[in-house]
Amino acid sequence: MDKKQLKAKANELRCDALEAIYRAQTGHIGGDFSVIDILTCLYNGVMNVSPEQVDDPDRDRFVLSKGHSVEAFYAVLADRGFFPMEEYINTFSQCGSKFIGHPNNELPGIEMNTGSLGHGLPVGVGMALAAKLDKRDYRVYVVIGDGELAEGSNWEAFQSAVHYGLDNLIAIVDRNGLQISGSTEDVMASGDVAAKLRVFGWDAIDVEDGNDMGQLLEAFEHCKERNGKPHAIIAHTVKGSGVSFIENKASWHHHVPNEEQYHAALKELKGQVE
Amino acid sequence: MGTACKQIIADVLTETAPKDKDLVVLCSDSRGSGNMAPFYEKFPEQAIEVGIAEQDLVGISAGLASCGKHPYAISPASFLSTRSIEQIKVDVCYSKTNVKLIGISGGVSYGALGMSHHACQDIAMVSAIPNIRVYIPSDQYLTRFMMEELVKDNEAAYVRVSRNATEDVYTPETKFEFNKAVTVKEGTDVTIIAVGEFVSRAKKAAELLAEKGISCRVLDMYCVKPIDKEAVIKAAEETKHIVTVEEHSIIGGLGSMVSTITAENAPCKVKVLGLPDAELICGTQEEIFDHEGLTPEGIASAAESLL
Repeated sequence: MDKKQLKAKANELRCDALEAIYRAQTGHIGGDFSVIDILTCLYNGVMNVSPEQVDDPDRDRFVLSKGHSVEAFYAVLADRGFFPMEEYINTFSQCGSKFIGHPNNELPGIEMNTGSLGHGLPVGVGMALAAKLDKRDYRVYVVIGDGELAEGSNWEAFQSAVHYGLDNLIAIVDRNGLQISGSTEDVMASGDVAAKLRVFGWDAIDVEDGNDMGQLLEAFEHCKERNGKPHAIIAHTVKGSGVSFIENKASWHHHVPNEEQYHAALKELKGQVE
Repeated sequence: MGTACKQIIADVLTETAPKDKDLVVLCSDSRGSGNMAPFYEKFPEQAIEVGIAEQDLVGISAGLASCGKHPYAISPASFLSTRSIEQIKVDVCYSKTNVKLIGISGGVSYGALGMSHHACQDIAMVSAIPNIRVYIPSDQYLTRFMMEELVKDNEAAYVRVSRNATEDVYTPETKFEFNKAVTVKEGTDVTIIAVGEFVSRAKKAAELLAEKGISCRVLDMYCVKPIDKEAVIKAAEETKHIVTVEEHSIIGGLGSMVSTITAENAPCKVKVLGLPDAELICGTQEEIFDHEGLTPEGIASAAESLL
């Protein structure tokens, strides 16, 4: 898939996530739309994963540490055939559904349950260590939210990943600059995350437009290098990317669109799909 | 005096490591206190150090387990069960990863070091989370049996052992059943249900009671979860009086679990002995037990008072 096809795909999947959120009247649309390009890119152009190899010991591993962006994650997995899109959209967050409001590893393709923040990276370190111990070539991708960086457990893992030279570990920070209470820099400033991680010993790069497929593909290609250092991509994204009235507003962190907003968002996204 | 249960855990892991190449041990700067330093020397490829970072310890263990490794996270019970409780809940229990958590120096093993180093709430906290088993073995023989079972299975468990050598309760010939209480002594008037350090004390209490003509049953409930419900009901029905004793807060531990079972199935008089819901005095483990009246005499007296 080239970058244009990937972008069209991501916008289609934004429509699916929107649909699921609107039907369930719950979800985290802002973070879904900032991260969905990263997820679409990973699952359609970068990672070695497929529904046929969910138990393959050599598959790449993925952990969504910012588990609240699950609506985007389910849409991307459904599109890749891990489970039916219709089942996801129709049952998301409903009584007894497997499509819980945070990743559920009873669903095919989901490695670990997340939801509490600051859990994905230590788990990713364990997965990457397992690859090293077993002399397997797979890579481990962990998507972290920028607000989540305030959790100390991340920084334990930022250290241990370097200590063990885990160059098969790729941490992607969805740097949309907003969290539930407002700007990340006002709530608890993260500052220059890439610079901090470089001091820790990571190979850390900034992606200027984290919603641009070309830039993301290039960054992921860079991270394939086995240079003894774990890789970090600080993807500067737009929270709510793709829908003008949702973009860059902290209030849309988990706001659910009303009927009018739902139709307006869908119309705007469909225009982009075409 | 017998042998420290943690040494037996180290022995079983050392014996198993060459046979199970997926077995990995993780410590948080705790290999010395866990008696694991020789393991790290002998099996560097199966030994991971995470530094003083208990959240990372459990998260990394869960990641390893999700990739088919068999991790044993060994760390002082006080830190393992509290600092990383959310990793235990989410990364181990919720994600259903085969992580064996070994809490060393449990209870008031680090008596004089203060409340920060006491693990007196761990059983309540960990037991309340689904998808994990909880064990407190009482002596070297039971520890060996339990560990030899645990290395064979693929589900999470929390094992809590003491820092010090514990008196032998059993012999090399004793037969145990996994997840079944051990009947240390038969009796008909009262039952003492104990775990860990207190099983040998309960046995002595039963001897003191025998001198007074009271027939006391002693059960070792090393499998706190899944608790042997049948053994508790049988004790309640047959002896009508139960004393529980544990190195844990009287809130939420063995005593609470036994009381729930008796209340629902076979109401009888129950006395819950353990550590009070209060800061403990500074002292050794033994001194704290004495101060709290958790001696064989104290346990016997509590049993007698029920009759």
